[in-house]
Amino acid sequence: MHEPGRQAEHLISSTPPRPAMDHQQEDATSEKVQLLGMWASPYVFKVKWALSIKGVEYEYVEEDLRNKSGQLLEHNPVHKKVPVLVYNGKPVAESDVIVEFIDEAWSHRGGRILPEDPHERAMARFWARFVYDKLKPPIWKWFTAAVEEEQEAAREAAVEQLKVLEEQLALGGKEFFGGESVGLVDLSLGALAYVIPMYEEIIGVSLVTEDRFPSLYAWMGRFLAAPPVKDHLPPLEKLELRFRAIREYFLKNT
Amino acid sequence: MSSEKQETAAVRVLGRWPSPFVIRVLVALRLKGVEYELVEEPMGNRSELLLASNPVHRKIPVLLHNGKAVSESLIIVQYVDEVWASQGPAIVPSDPYARAAERFWGQYVDDKFPSAIRVLRGKVAGDKDETAAQVAAALQHLEEAFVQCGQGKDYFGGDSIGYLDITLGSHVGWVRAVERMAGVSLLDAAKLPSLAAWADRFCAHPAVADVMPGTDRYVEFSVKNDGVPKAN
Repeated sequence: MHEPGRQAEHLISSTPPRPAMDHQQEDATSEKVQLLGMWASPYVFKVKWALSIKGVEYEYVEEDLRNKSGQLLEHNPVHKKVPVLVYNGKPVAESDVIVEFIDEAWSHRGGRILPEDPHERAMARFWARFVYDKLKPPIWKWFTAAVEEEQEAAREAAVEQLKVLEEQLALGGKEFFGGESVGLVDLSLGALAYVIPMYEEIIGVSLVTEDRFPSLYAWMGRFLAAPPVKDHLPPLEKLELRFRAIREYFLKNT
Repeated sequence: MSSEKQETAAVRVLGRWPSPFVIRVLVALRLKGVEYELVEEPMGNRSELLLASNPVHRKIPVLLHNGKAVSESLIIVQYVDEVWASQGPAIVPSDPYARAAERFWGQYVDDKFPSAIRVLRGKVAGDKDETAAQVAAALQHLEEAFVQCGQGKDYFGGDSIGYLDITLGSHVGWVRAVERMAGVSLLDAAKLPSLAAWADRFCAHPAVADVMPGTDRYVEFSVKNDGVPKAN
């Protein structure tokens, strides 16, 4: 994986101007939002999509994780990881925590990321954790397995978890896990919408096919086309190269 | 609330002592003054009710409220806080930053403590001294977090027990037990003056005292049930 040295891209995200009523609560000079991130991280994108749902303007800072900036070390001394959201000088770390923070700090604008009803909120948080705890590990294992038996076992484990999600989505009968629009669970699952097809391409084995997982398959296309997401995707060709290099590494070093 | 021949309580918790995750839920309900029925899950044998209420993870605790199930202890604690928002103290702080800080540290606690305690208890194989050192380092971070979050008050939550108090506090029972069993010092009053005092306060709190027993009972439980350490 060869990335050029320390990149410090300062990209102001282009979002539509905020409606006039917001100015009574925020004054443009005091509201400063920064996102410390890394171009390939799905957790960074989860935060970007959340900010996009709320229409929040922010400054993006690309971190070189092999050469962490003083700012990153200061704002996330415990984990030294991205993403970190810095709002008016105060940092928030851990992507799930950041997404809920965004939903609360900008509760007066944009779409709801978490539902209003307490039981539905609990369910959203439950399924978001499910994606992280149960679904992502076997998918990663499948992608990085050097031995065919391991790969097949991981794939089967992933399929079992995907079935659970497929059932959930089908039961809900809506466009997204969050209902009519992208919500917490969609954001948690989100990156897999472009990552799974890449893995399938690289390994040459399918995982989410339309006939096996009709709801999830349709959801993937819908997610990538959804307004908060479609203009905020990582550079996919570059990402695929990165994944190919990662797979090579695991094949050689296991 | 359903009325059948045997009345089912409106709020039930499927669980079992000495799970710290179950204790969290009980403390939250007690803080809110909510009456509940604790339905003891037998050890080693999952009940029909558990399998039906938490088919995905099949784990305790599960909260059953008005026929709906909620799983995952920290999710349940937030649910309790939101449903019974109008009674008892707020569990999760109202300020988004304070909330984010408590949730951040809550995740940190659950990343570090459960697996470390399993090693120190002898339930799972591992280097006890190294594990103890890791726990001590984590507690050092939490000592600093206590000063930041609590701002000189009695709890992480300020004047009353909050989300992070419950998250970390629920582990104190086992922390104290493994200190004794493994012969290590974790909540060292000399190194962690704020946390050591906080731990005593937490354990003595009315919402906690009746659901988190003393160290003797934890040690007794471990001796009886933990057996030979399994490979990690």
